[in-house]
Amino acid sequence: MRLLPRRDLVCQQAVELVTDYLEGTLSRRDRRRFEAHLAGCPHCTEYLAQMSETIRLTGHLEPEDLTPQQQDEFIDLYRRWRSEQE
Amino acid sequence: MTGSDGELLTLLRSGDERAFVSLVQRYQGPMLRLATSFVPSQAVAEEVVQDTWLALLRGLDAFEGRSSLKTWLFSILVNQARTTGMREHRTVPVPDPEPAVDPARFDASGSWADPPEHWIEAAEDRLAAGKFADRIRELMDELPVRQREVVILRDVEEMSSEEVCSVLAISDGNQRVLLHRGRSRLRQLFEHEFRGVR
Repeated sequence: MRLLPRRDLVCQQAVELVTDYLEGTLSRRDRRRFEAHLAGCPHCTEYLAQMSETIRLTGHLEPEDLTPQQQDEFIDLYRRWRSEQE
Repeated sequence: MTGSDGELLTLLRSGDERAFVSLVQRYQGPMLRLATSFVPSQAVAEEVVQDTWLALLRGLDAFEGRSSLKTWLFSILVNQARTTGMREHRTVPVPDPEPAVDPARFDASGSWADPPEHWIEAAEDRLAAGKFADRIRELMDELPVRQREVVILRDVEEMSSEEVCSVLAISDGNQRVLLHRGRSRLRQLFEHEFRGVR
């Protein structure tokens, strides 16, 4: 949450608020100002969409599958630990 | 073997080694990527991750489930990496002041002079065609380490901001600044990646 001067936002300020906006941490007043800016600015609207797309793309990554050899190594690790217990 | 982390934990506690392998399968990749951001080489990162799995097994009885298994696991990892002391030379707690977008792309009034190029459709096409994941990982590797840690945990691992603060032992404000810088830079990298592709 940050306090901004009362006058209208410019694009350069708006792009710095995108994460706070998506995180829901802007004050109600700043949120209204941000949305008012977007309503009149196709470039910042595109920018916000691209930030959302960025999040979507990284969220698409999956843990790589282990190779059978790696699986065996972890079974060994597990068995070593088990024998430590006994 | 599938199932929730909680189910796998229960099986693991009853001595099921396949449950262990399933957990490794699930978290080895992300843990390795996070560890790589703490230590100088892949080999050392692998050691840190291996130590983390052992620490998990040794701590099974003591784990009370106050946090999720995943938060617990990543906390152990970060502690393992930090206590090896290899990160001391780069613990810079102050977030860098770099702007989300190159100031040269705005005019004197702060409006876009060189507005964002369109790339979402091109990215979606590449995603649908498969094989984009490796490139996304490469682009993420270009982020400064602290930004990368937060982006991995928040956006790849989909942890909450509270979990990330707990795992990395940073304040909520710090977390948000790093997330903002990391995502902003990554957006810029995607834009650059698809420049001229329409």
